Amino acid sequence: MVDFGGWDMPVQYPAGTIEEHLRTRRHAGLFDVSHMGEIDVKGADAIAVVNYLVSNDVTKLIDGQAQYSALTTPAGTVVDDLLVYRFAEDHLLLVVNAGTTEKDWDWINANRQPGAADLKNVSSDYCQIALQGPDAIGILQKLTALPLADIKYYHFTQGGVDGVPAIVSRTGYTGEDGFEVYAAAEKAEQIWNKMLDAGNFGSDTGVLPCGLAARNTLRLEAGMALYGHEIDESTTLLEANLGWICKLNKGDFVGREALAKQKESGITRKLIGFEVTERGIARDEQEVLVDGERVGKVTSGSPAPYLKKNIGMGYVPTDSATEGREIQIDVRGRLVGAQIVKTPFYKREKN
Amino acid sequence: MANIPDDLHYSKDHEWVRADGGVATVGITDHAQNQLGDVVYVELPKVGDEFGANEPFGSVESVKAVSEVFSPVSGEIVEINGSLTDSPEKVNTDPYGDGWMIRVKMSNAGEVDSMLSAAEYEDFTKAETE
Repeated sequence: MVDFGGWDMPVQYPAGTIEEHLRTRRHAGLFDVSHMGEIDVKGADAIAVVNYLVSNDVTKLIDGQAQYSALTTPAGTVVDDLLVYRFAEDHLLLVVNAGTTEKDWDWINANRQPGAADLKNVSSDYCQIALQGPDAIGILQKLTALPLADIKYYHFTQGGVDGVPAIVSRTGYTGEDGFEVYAAAEKAEQIWNKMLDAGNFGSDTGVLPCGLAARNTLRLEAGMALYGHEIDESTTLLEANLGWICKLNKGDFVGREALAKQKESGITRKLIGFEVTERGIARDEQEVLVDGERVGKVTSGSPAPYLKKNIGMGYVPTDSATEGREIQIDVRGRLVGAQIVKTPFYKREKN
Repeated sequence: MANIPDDLHYSKDHEWVRADGGVATVGITDHAQNQLGDVVYVELPKVGDEFGANEPFGSVESVKAVSEVFSPVSGEIVEINGSLTDSPEKVNTDPYGDGWMIRVKMSNAGEVDSMLSAAEYEDFTKAETE
């Protein structure tokens, strides 16, 4: 167990990281992500108030839809990345990272504009259990009458899961199809155990509980940013390839001006994905070299259990950020060859 | 419960040594591989390299972490287990057998006597995890 934003979390369960990772890709993995923070926003101006704080366009959401977004600083850097759920025109839920929940809460209250919106930090009210992988839908369907196949990606609905009132969201952080289920905190154990039962935990093709290490390798293969690694208060959304969540024409928001200016003048560094081409494993914080010069750092580096390659992401000067470019990583004093590749590293086949 | 064979010598860095006629075979313990999780990469020195006692000679990596491995004895590397390049998982499946890492021609065979016995190592790991 390790401390993770104040939560005791398992790095891995007895099956081990590699098996947890592969099982999620091939069948299903179960993740207790109750540590995630939730902020409830209610009131006639809920959408306007949130829209001023985040980079994506909240007005585009319809009831029952979720949106990936970011809380931005005036410099266009990232306070946190988050999901915005729309329940109704006057009701949103923000789902933020565990380690940043308190910071986000303070930031939002310090930077929000006046308006009819009541904000409440409801993090401790909710558990969140993520069921991910191609078998997730079949497993969860055994526990609910909600027509899961009708829920589109990045949409959600509300109803009973094993009789427990829940929010069932077709979202995830693994690159697989799957669901994130939010319910009252005290129901976490019940939902967790029922999902293990419904998913034939114990069989070779059944669901496996997954720890933090597999959560990290799955999201890395899927090319998704992790707060504190690819994005933080020193990196802008544009540098992090998150221009697609910067809606510069939606109206004013914190950081809009800086991001518009940076878009105009061009970014000087860019987040890239790479594959290690020699023997060695790149790790977080190691230096990246282009033409022998130390130009940036690895933001996430790890073996990729499904791809069976050693991969990573990191920042390099924009003029070097071209696919196929040979780079080097300083792996504890040894320069190891790598090549810039397209992300996501892994993309599931859609049927 | 971790497997701790009686006939080996142990270090506080969780290596084991099997001494045989002035040559020491070195690997990591069952307890160590268990703590590390799935080993995906092993970095070993070259034959002919020399190490002092308790100097790092290589590293073992799991998906999540990198750990240095230390030579409990001083001397020259006379053989390495090259099969770990393609099959690093042997460190998990057979830490005291096929998962061995290096053979060292000891420059001071007395060094093994100052290492922990199986019973002492068992107490040490218990104290460490408490």
